[in-house]
Amino acid sequence: MTATTPPRARPRPAPAPRPRRPVSYWAYLLPMGVGFGLVVLVPFAVNVWYSLFSWKGGAAPRTWVGLENYRELMQDDVFWRSFGNTLYLIGAVAVVPTVIGLVLAALLFDHIGRSFGARAASVLRAAYYLPQILPIAVAGVLWSWILETRDGALNSVLRSLGVTTLPDWLGDPGIALWSIMLMLVWLQIGYPVVVLMSALQRVDPELYEAAELDGAGWWRRFRAITVPHIRTDIYVVVLTATIGAMKLFAPVLILTRGGPESSTYVPSFFSYRNFFELSRVGYGAASATVLAVVIGLVAGGLIFWQARSVEADR
Amino acid sequence: MTTTTAAAPVRRPDPARRRDGRRRRSRDRRLSVALLGQRWLVLLLAVVVGVGMLLPFYLLVTNAFKTGADYSRRGPLALPQEWTLSAFERYLSSVDYPQLLANSVLIAGVVAVGGVVLAMLSAYALGIGRVRGRTWVVFVLLLATILPQEALIYPLFSGAQAVGLQNSVWSVVIIFVVLQAAFGTYLLSSVLGTFPHEMLEAARVDGANRWVLLTRIVTPIMRPTMSVLLVFFFVWTWNEFFIPMIMLITPKAQTIPIALAALKGQNTLDVTQLAAASLLSLLPTLVFFVLFQRTLTRGVTAGAVK
Repeated sequence: MTATTPPRARPRPAPAPRPRRPVSYWAYLLPMGVGFGLVVLVPFAVNVWYSLFSWKGGAAPRTWVGLENYRELMQDDVFWRSFGNTLYLIGAVAVVPTVIGLVLAALLFDHIGRSFGARAASVLRAAYYLPQILPIAVAGVLWSWILETRDGALNSVLRSLGVTTLPDWLGDPGIALWSIMLMLVWLQIGYPVVVLMSALQRVDPELYEAAELDGAGWWRRFRAITVPHIRTDIYVVVLTATIGAMKLFAPVLILTRGGPESSTYVPSFFSYRNFFELSRVGYGAASATVLAVVIGLVAGGLIFWQARSVEADR
Repeated sequence: MTTTTAAAPVRRPDPARRRDGRRRRSRDRRLSVALLGQRWLVLLLAVVVGVGMLLPFYLLVTNAFKTGADYSRRGPLALPQEWTLSAFERYLSSVDYPQLLANSVLIAGVVAVGGVVLAMLSAYALGIGRVRGRTWVVFVLLLATILPQEALIYPLFSGAQAVGLQNSVWSVVIIFVVLQAAFGTYLLSSVLGTFPHEMLEAARVDGANRWVLLTRIVTPIMRPTMSVLLVFFFVWTWNEFFIPMIMLITPKAQTIPIALAALKGQNTLDVTQLAAASLLSLLPTLVFFVLFQRTLTRGVTAGAVK
């Protein structure tokens, strides 16, 4: 910081000696490097290390068991079930909201924005987006009441409609996961709508006009123009939502705690429960490691697949 | 993007007009009545979806202002017989809301500012400095957003215990400054990659060193992007659940959402109090949403694309 600043208003940029190199640019990466090591790299490595032990946590003795935890995991029905449930959650977080969101975004942009004004479109967009800014804890508490069997909002409606056998939304192993999925769809829709609407703003409006003059209907324009032009954005939405679905934790903890009969277990809840409720730290660490690897593989696979399809397009 | 078909002669109406619905009257006139009906049908559909999305919020607000007796007599859907604050009073007497609010504001505020500063420093090295191997650095940083927090939590938890930061808001602050900044670095460095180089050259010729370049040239120009990031870090951190729940055990250290989840665990019966508590817990985010609606929608896009 001791560079001698020459007088500001020079007539012409003198071929001054190159300024000394006070700090290398690497120095600016140093704070992040330290923080990242402290918060991400070392903890992750330690987690993998823990997974090789049988350990109740805290001051309890730690016994080396090697890969025993992983072997046990592979035979653990609840663990497998939790991954199976993740597939459903990917449907509820990544697939369904993206499909609905894509249609809504196109309708808002292409149809409502034009016929009823940009204001109408942006008010609707805000309505769809609102659940996204909720603290997940609030959303969970809200829905745990909506879905409550005895005097939840949903069953009260059904009762007033004359339904006598009211479903046990969160207590019935056959439907609890679907109830959570319902909430997740509600929670998630705003994300694709907002991202894809802004992506649509980059599409040349003349394409639509030309297509319209050629007599292409809305569906035709949607398939031939909208979807191909914002494919990258659709892909990004699906990728981030899929990763989000695999990491999902709070709704399950708040709504069902994995029950009934472990029908709503998810991998992250599985780890949490082993860490902090069952005092099986090594086992929990092993399951968290497996989850991390699986997420990494899925994310890597999606990126690879996307790169390939871009290549194929050329 | 220069598709001009025979039917569409090159004609570029001014872009400001194409946004709103008033343009192209000539075509509108040509529309048949049936098509007009279809438009309203589409609007109706979109509005119905919107109402469905807002319904839970309606339930939350109306039930928060009811008495428990009113709720059990007339159910969740009816409007309150009389609007009362008793549920709020019960909630506020059971928790130390000002303390929770202070914790949440402190955590989210420090993380937002610290995260942006940290992200800016490293993005400067990557985007402007173009240090060698920057692609790999960004890739490694992105791992932080991909890794599940469960794979970090136990070491973080025992680490915080070891250094005496358990149950302290600072443990959460440190963790989220890094996690948010990792994402912010990715975003800012890609924006900085396209920074106008003439400006930097001019300043260098004037003898500005790297620190001066960063603080006097780059940062002021990047301010709009940084403020979007700031708003986003604040909201994300405010809403975080898993790590604060593990790290912050006693109500004295908890954030607003964590205290709400804990309250739900204690009593599931008092619905109106729960509604009031939920409402108070989302009020700050709601205020934020109203103030920064445009920034937020812009930000989610910036985060998702490119």
